[in-house]
Parts: sequence; C-alpha cells; structure tokens
Amino acid sequence: MRVGVFICHCGNNIAGTVDVKAVAEAIRKIPGVAYATTYMYTCSEPGQDEIKQAIKDHNLNRIVVAACSPRMHELTFRKTVEKAGLNRYYFEMANIREHISWIGEDKEANTKKAIDVVKMAVAKVMQDRPLYSSSFRINKRVLVIGGGVAGMQAALDCADGGLEVVLVEKSPSIGGMMSRLDKTFPTIDCSICILGPKMVDVAQHDKIKLYAYSEIDEIKGYVGNYQIKIRKKATYVDWTKCTGCGACMEKCPSRNAYDYFNFGVAPTKAINIPFPQAIPKKAKIDPNYCRHFTKGKCGVCAKICPTKAINYEMQDEIVTEEVGAIIVATGYSLLDLEKLPEYGGGRYPDVISGIQYERLLNASGPTAGHILRPSDHIEPKTIVFVSCAGSRDKSIGIPYCSNFCCMYIAKQAILTKDHIPDSQSYVFYMDIRSPGKGYDEFTRRAQEDYGVKYIRGRVSRIYPKGKKMVVKGVDTLLGSQVEIEADLVVLGTAVLSNPDAAHLAEKLHISYDTFGFYVESHPKLRPVETNTSGVFLAGACQGPKDIPASVGQGSAAASKVLALFSKDMLESDPAVAKVDINKCIGCLKCVRTCPFQAIKDKELRDGRIVADVIETVCAGCGVCTSTCPCGAIQLQHFTDNQLLAEVNALCLA
Amino acid sequence: MKTINLTESTDWNFIEEVKKESGQDPSLCYQCGNCTAGCPYSNFFDYPVSQVMRLIQTGQKETILTSKAIWLCATCETCTTRCPCEIDVAHIMDVLRIMARRENKVSEKDIKTFYDSFLDSIKKFGRLYEVGTLISYNLRSGHLFTDSDLGPKVLAHNKIHFLPKKIRGSEKVAKIFERYQESLKKHG
Repeated sequence: MRVGVFICHCGNNIAGTVDVKAVAEAIRKIPGVAYATTYMYTCSEPGQDEIKQAIKDHNLNRIVVAACSPRMHELTFRKTVEKAGLNRYYFEMANIREHISWIGEDKEANTKKAIDVVKMAVAKVMQDRPLYSSSFRINKRVLVIGGGVAGMQAALDCADGGLEVVLVEKSPSIGGMMSRLDKTFPTIDCSICILGPKMVDVAQHDKIKLYAYSEIDEIKGYVGNYQIKIRKKATYVDWTKCTGCGACMEKCPSRNAYDYFNFGVAPTKAINIPFPQAIPKKAKIDPNYCRHFTKGKCGVCAKICPTKAINYEMQDEIVTEEVGAIIVATGYSLLDLEKLPEYGGGRYPDVISGIQYERLLNASGPTAGHILRPSDHIEPKTIVFVSCAGSRDKSIGIPYCSNFCCMYIAKQAILTKDHIPDSQSYVFYMDIRSPGKGYDEFTRRAQEDYGVKYIRGRVSRIYPKGKKMVVKGVDTLLGSQVEIEADLVVLGTAVLSNPDAAHLAEKLHISYDTFGFYVESHPKLRPVETNTSGVFLAGACQGPKDIPASVGQGSAAASKVLALFSKDMLESDPAVAKVDINKCIGCLKCVRTCPFQAIKDKELRDGRIVADVIETVCAGCGVCTSTCPCGAIQLQHFTDNQLLAEVNALCLA
Repeated sequence: MKTINLTESTDWNFIEEVKKESGQDPSLCYQCGNCTAGCPYSNFFDYPVSQVMRLIQTGQKETILTSKAIWLCATCETCTTRCPCEIDVAHIMDVLRIMARRENKVSEKDIKTFYDSFLDSIKKFGRLYEVGTLISYNLRSGHLFTDSDLGPKVLAHNKIHFLPKKIRGSEKVAKIFERYQESLKKHG
C-alpha cells in the first residue's frame, strides 16, 4: 500500500490558520504513506498534474487530498486519479477548510485538528475498495409540476427541444399568478396579452400533455426512471364533453361561492370557469357551495348543459405517468390579511391586498376594470399603499424581503392615476428595492410624472372613521408622525411558500428552508438544481421572484433537463448498499426502513429469502446499514470497517 | 442643522453599555419608524423614538442622555409591541433614564422627582399611597399646588384615602429596594 497525500494551501484560506507544512511532516510518519506534500492550489491544472506525476514517480496506489469540502472538488480529483490509472474510489478528501481553517483562528489547535482529520482520511483510503458504476437507460419524458409562468416556460422549452412533457397544474386553469395581473412592470404591458399566447402554445403543443385540476399523489423511482401517480380531482363536469360555453355559470342559482381566482374580491357561482382566457376553458363545480351537494337538490346546470357534460357522481381519478426528470415550479402564496390585525386586515372591507387590487384594476375582474372599493362600490380618491405588510418582519416570522412588492406598488399607483385622474396615491415604504433593468426609473416615474407621494416610514395602525380609513404612520425623513384619511388601503402582503410545499418536498426527496422555499443545490453556481439528481427548480417555489426571473429559471431548468437527456444512458453511483447473502437472515427490516423503496426480497435457489438492493434506486443514505441486526447490508465506500478505521485513527492517535 | 463629526463624537463604549445593560441589540434596528408611528407621546418629544434608536446606533451619548424624550416616555410599550425586529425599545428607554440619573444629566427634573416620590411610597407601604406621593412630590418639586384642584373630585368618588393602606408583606417589598441598593454597591 503506497498512499500519497496532498495538502492544499488554498492561497491563504487554509495556510492562513493551519500550518500545512507541519501537517505534511506529521502525515509522512504514518506507515503506508509513501509521499506527502503541500501545494498552493491543488485544484488548479498544475496542481492536478502534480498528483498524476507523483502517482507515476512514487508508484502511488491510494490518494488523499486535504483541502476544501468534497462537495467542491471531490469529482475533480476522482477524475484526476482515474486519468493516472487508479480506480476513482481509491481517493479520499479531507476537509480542512470548511471544517477547520475557516472556523477557528488558533493556528496550533487548527494544525492539530488538521493532522487528525488527514490521518482519518489516510486510514479510510487504505480500506477503500475499487468500485465500478453501471449504466442504465433513461426515460426521456419530463414532468413539470405547476403551470404558472415558470412551469409553462419550462414545459414549452422542453417540448420545443423534442421532449415529451407532462404538465400538472393543481387549479382548473394554467396561468398561475401572472394570469391574475392587470399590467406588468416596468413596461405596463397587459399581463394576459403576453401570457395568453404562451398558454395557448401549451394547450396546442403536441408534445405537452396537460393535467389541469390535478395533483401529485406519489413519486417513485430515481433520476431517469420515475413513476408518478397523478390525482385528477373530480370536477363534476366531463371535460371531454364541456365546450366552455358558460351557460351553466349563467344559470347557476348558487351565487356566493368563494372566488379563488379573484382572491375573494367578489363571490362567484358554484359552477364556474375562472376567467375568460382560462386553459383549459372548462367548467368546474365547487361542491362546498353547489346546491346539489349542500341541499341534495337543484340540477339546473345538468338541465341547461347542451352537451350533457355534468356528472355529479364523478370521483377523483388516479393516473400513472413515467418520466425521467422533474421540474418543480409550484410558485408561492400570499400572507393572509388577517395576520395583520393592526392594519385591520380581514376586519375592514376597504383594507385589501395587492393581488386583490390587481383584480379590481383588471378588465376581466369582478368590477370590469373600474376601481370601486369593496364596502360601498364608490370610486376611491385617496389610496394608501403599505409596502412590507408582513415582509421584513421578524416578529411574525417573515424576516425576508418579498422581492417584487416595491415594483408592483409603483405600478398600481401609476395605474390608479390612469384610472382616476383626480386621485392621490400615497406609498409608505421602508426602502425602495428596484434593482432590475429599468426598475428604478419606473419608481421615479411614479413620483415625478404621476405625483405619487412616497412616505419613508411604517404604518402603525389603520382604523375606520366615518367612511374613511385613517392611516397612522410616520415620515422618518420629517421625523414626525403623519395621518392620512384614505378611501382605500392596499397592503403589499408578504410572499410565502405554498402551504403544501413541505409535503411535496418530502415526496420529491428535496430540501426546503425554514420558510418552506425549496433549496437549490448551490446558491450561485447551481441555482436550478436540487440535491436530488433529476429534480430541478423554477420560479418562486425557490424564493420570491418576479416574472423575468421566473421565466429565466424556467428556461434554465429546461436546459438542464435537455442536457441530462442528451445521453441515452446514465451512470449509476456505485456507492450504494450491498447485501452479503451469507450473512443475511431474511428479516427484511431493511425493506421496511428504506425511504426509497430500493430493497426487495429475493428467493435464493435453496429457498432462502434474502434482501436484494436495486442499485439504480438506492440513494446511498445508509439507513438500512444501521437497521440491519447482523451487519449483512453494507453501504459501499462507507462500510463499517472503513468507518471504524477512521475512528481508530482518531482514537488511537 | 449642525454637522455631527462622527469620527470624534461616536462613543463606542456608550453603544456597548446600552447593549449590556438593556440586553437589547440596537444594531437590529433598521429604522422603519414603526415605534415613532405608534408612539402616543411623540408630539412632546424632542427626538422621536426612532431617532433615539438612531442616536444610540451612532453613539451620540450626550445628546440622548440630556434629551427630554427619554423622560417623557410613558413606558406604554407600544414601540416594543410594534417593533418588527423584536427590540424591547421601552426597556432601552428605561436604561437610558438610569444612565442619565447616574451621570447627573436629568433634563426633566420634575419627572425624576415624581419617580422618586412614587418609589419611596412603594418602599414604605408596599403599595402606592397616593396622598403621600402627591405631597412628597409637591414639596420636593416646589410646585406646591399641582393637582390640588383634583383632590376634592377624586375624594368624592372615594378614589383616594387620607391614611396609607399597608399591604401584607410590605417589608418584603422594602427588601427588594435593599437588595437593589446592595447590588449597586457590589457591582457599581
């Protein structure tokens, strides 16, 4: 056994607080270590060449690099040793940067710890066995979850690239939040005019299979081969027959159904088509309000429907789809107004959220584009916008900025002036965040050309006084309290993750942060990948973001899938669990604990039942290893013996 | 508006002292102004609460400790309730008053006198003896007839009494004051 050890300075990152020369000195004394040296940047090309040269010159057969986290460069060095003729698993990485040099300033202690950590890696590399990956076929279909603008962009790009796409949307129509908007900043172009053509493209694309009003029930499998169970929720309308004529909606006697599309600005009918441009343009019954379901009699829609599409007996239907990759584009939700009691949210009808105001501005909204305040349907003349309503507020658990409220508030204030020329808008803000292209100019335009009064400060309280809403706040630039008697108050409510985001993350085996936003693989360099290979992110499910950023991520995620599918076969990671059939007693505890359903029972020729790992499904998590009562199932590259060798190296030192 | 020379006038120790004595971190304040927006006494302050917080952040010790704002604060805690950064602003105001006393920089002598009379009464009787507090305050402050017109009105409603009412365990309340004095001697 001839081990070579390379200790990286990483400029001053490591050498600044670790005496790398002393580490090399100490490691050289370990029996089996044939060569130990330090290098300024081991990951650089000359650094890698030096490893290759040393393997040749000193006849090395095991390599340890002590440098950064294996998440950064393990693959780099595995390829290096492979090029020099060694098996890529005859390599270990000791993390002396993230785990040592960056976190402590005591050079002596750091050096001691670094020696220990490198010793452990040397002990492990001596126990390493060569491993070989196998390859498997991939199913070149892609699942896109969420039919908002990010998901639609991803689906269209994948489909245009020749892939078959399965698009699943939980609401009755695709379009997402963008389909609710009136205009978009900073160009004030009509939202549905630019989104509509995309929605039609999705509907007409022969490569895209759309499941609207459907949700993901179950996800099985692994990158390249997923089996997805999709629940098509009961709409009580046979969509193969429904023509979207709207006759049912017109005649439905139940007029007080909650309008999810319009965020409850006004009620809708129990059978409805959410908006004129909906895709698919099909009706759906809300059983919570439909008289047939609540009172047991009615049947008006069934009588009126010219194609006899109504089916009150409809049940949820489960369909299975097989895909090779998944793009998650599930979007965001908004803070409930009732969570802002000091602003009278939920108590006063004339305190509404930004998205509700958007529906009042929109020509296809409940007021046909006339701004009428909810309480008495009178045109408001004084409108107050409150930004950061919930955002950047640690006290209610939302410390982050919601990203796009500053911009849409400026837009709404401009549109208000267009709609009602004798109106006056006020905007309470803490900071104006407008870093996009043309964004800051846009907020300036609101102030300079449209006379919107921006007040730097927060609002403390909103309460009714006659027909007015009194907004009590502060102008910190004046250093004085201010009061505005408003006709309507619009709150820029905080952006939240979807309420079921965590639930879906568990099905996908991807991680999410404290706030329920999905976590990307690297915040800068892998922004649309997740740590589960084959699963990609797009849009606001990863964090609050505006339309351009969401579209950008949709395209980025699609390009990642297209790159993944550019090969016919994928290589599997050989660092997976393996069963020693001589030791296995067939208790099958591992089968039950495996979170990936990667272990099955197998009957041997002598009739004995043993566990059997499906290599391509196993994610190498190691749960089975710790469950097995007789040590029969071992995670390759992390076997008990390999880990104990590391412990020994640390404890016997 | 006078120029504040930040290089010379920033008192870094003062920032640390406020932090230590209040257990609050003034650097968490991002100057949203919500404390000022809700403050019922802001009209009377020379510096609104958010500016007091800003003066702490910039280490303007002299300006804060001699300000009227810290003495006019009624400790209603609206600022603390509203602060999105979860800073106990009212407690910081308390700490500033203690510091101003210690450094003999009290700007509102009458308010300090009222606090003293109030606390003396608590120390002596275990609860507030209104008439005693009033007399003590009027004598100490020199405003002999302050609120004397209110006397007959509240007396008629049986709201105050001529004789103090002692509570059970008033000596234990007095001990709190003793313990505090001792701890002051011990820890300065």
